[in-house]
Amino acid sequence: MSRIDVRKTYKLYIGGQFPRSESGRSFVVNDAKGRLLANAAQASRKDARDAVVAARAAFGGWSGRTAYNRAQVVYRIAEVLEGRREQFEAELRAAEGITPARARSYVDAAIDRLVWYAGWADKITQVVGNANPVAGPYFNLSTPEPSGVIAVVAPRGPLLGLVSVVAPLIVTGNTVVVIASQDNPLTAITLGEVMATSDLPGGVVNVLTGSQSEIAPWLASHMDVNGIDLTGVEDAELATELEVAAADNLKRVRRPAPDTDWLAEPGLDRMTQFLETKTVWHPIGV
Amino acid sequence: MTPTASSTASSTSSHAVFDDVVRSDSSLRRFLHGLPGVDQVGCEARAAGLATRSIKTTSKAYAIDLAIRMVDLTTLEGQDTHGKVRALASKAMRPDPADPTCPATAAVCVYPDMVATAKQTLGDSGVNVAAVATAFPSGRAAMDIKLADTRDAVEAGADEIDMVIDRGAFLSGRYLDVFEEIAQVREACGDAHLKVIFETGELQTYDNVRRASWLAMMAGGHFIKTSTGKVQPAATLPVTLIMLEAVRDFREQTGQMVGVKPAGGIKTTKDAIKYLVMVNEICGDDWLDPDWFRFGASTLLNDLLMQRTKMTTGRYSGPDYFTLD
Repeated sequence: MSRIDVRKTYKLYIGGQFPRSESGRSFVVNDAKGRLLANAAQASRKDARDAVVAARAAFGGWSGRTAYNRAQVVYRIAEVLEGRREQFEAELRAAEGITPARARSYVDAAIDRLVWYAGWADKITQVVGNANPVAGPYFNLSTPEPSGVIAVVAPRGPLLGLVSVVAPLIVTGNTVVVIASQDNPLTAITLGEVMATSDLPGGVVNVLTGSQSEIAPWLASHMDVNGIDLTGVEDAELATELEVAAADNLKRVRRPAPDTDWLAEPGLDRMTQFLETKTVWHPIGV
Repeated sequence: MTPTASSTASSTSSHAVFDDVVRSDSSLRRFLHGLPGVDQVGCEARAAGLATRSIKTTSKAYAIDLAIRMVDLTTLEGQDTHGKVRALASKAMRPDPADPTCPATAAVCVYPDMVATAKQTLGDSGVNVAAVATAFPSGRAAMDIKLADTRDAVEAGADEIDMVIDRGAFLSGRYLDVFEEIAQVREACGDAHLKVIFETGELQTYDNVRRASWLAMMAGGHFIKTSTGKVQPAATLPVTLIMLEAVRDFREQTGQMVGVKPAGGIKTTKDAIKYLVMVNEICGDDWLDPDWFRFGASTLLNDLLMQRTKMTTGRYSGPDYFTLD
């Protein structure tokens, strides 16, 4: 007797839980050859709202941790990802129709990227912070602080692309609501499973799957979101609309970058873009 | 407050209909224990069923405005200061300063020593001052102290008095003591309206909630209120359902309306709308009015304002844009 398949239900990742969409909707995800791969939850604006609430609730605790501890947690994500690499390689091959060697190289790059950003957690302050010279008997110190809750529209690369936009935000202490790539949303949810088992507190990363054009405008206009990263927006008109909506509460906006080479060295700007500079004056003692 | 309740009730603190009932401890006990028992499973299922209703668009906008008008904006902390009470009173008059169409709340609810401060700020704005009295929240004090506490608050200008019943007496079956206490406090209230707090979290059973409701209504309470907010569980949907049924049945029997006030633990607009649906289903829309239904709450108001802002601006708002207290 042949064994019955254990089919997986792909749901959302919000506040450390894996709920179905509040709307009860789902959509079909096909593999590279157009065959049914699975059904994914189709998030609604209310799921986005819940995700922002979860991200806001998680912000105080996460940003209050030491940079050293955040580095450990992000490194732990890399560790757990390494242990489940076969699952990710298989998912990438099914979703994108790529060769085993290429799938392996993407997973390698995603793990390396996490380790690279983990290392930055306790170093970014020294690089972008400063002891400013002032004309008086004071220390004048500038230090970077996380902006808050950041909405992210993830690019196409289902694993490497997602890791490359999320990791730089969380190492600095931001919390994130990310809309996974519309074409390949499944790997994002599997990555959610990795994050849920990596000591990452619930709500620090929230993953929504579904229509970019449906959810993104609600996040762009949301008054409790402090920044939005439009990296994965490919429709220029939608991008403009989102930038306009984001202006209402002066969100920090990162503009679309459709042709990014995710395998290249990332640089610091994904971290520095969503940091605020705090400058304090302190009298020099005796 | 409309005068309908007080016009019939203020002359006597209890009703002629119930003279026989309240004649002695044993007749009162016979009456209260003769009330039909509450089907716990049925009650909880009914409350849960009503909570699944979906209220949208214009109905939701109406419900949010109504809920704001029903809020007794409350601060009952040891750390309350005159400044905080003034700030709270200002917020009660104009909950959303950015939007003049936003209605005021029904009342602010404070400790008796803060009544004068609240009254001074509120003036003749139409927002009432409610004061908790009778050794709130435990109710453990001698009778003359409770009455003095009440008179103090009324003299300071309180329009409404929230009293707590003696749960110890109630649970040990001394119903007449509780009745007398409510009746005396009612007298001490003068023109002020009396809300009777049961602290349902301490009453143990739904049957006791039903008995307490009838007891308080017979003793002349204008409102029956679930909780102090200091004990968990505070207000729940099933408990409020039983109290709503009690006021409905009481009106059928006596023709007189009594208000209901769930307090404590109602934090979101969604929760508030569930209560409003229940009020409408159990009692009808006569009770959908701040004179007959109130929410004892503090954090609820901000969530109502955020939802209201979402409906008027079309975008989600955040807690940064509203005052903390």
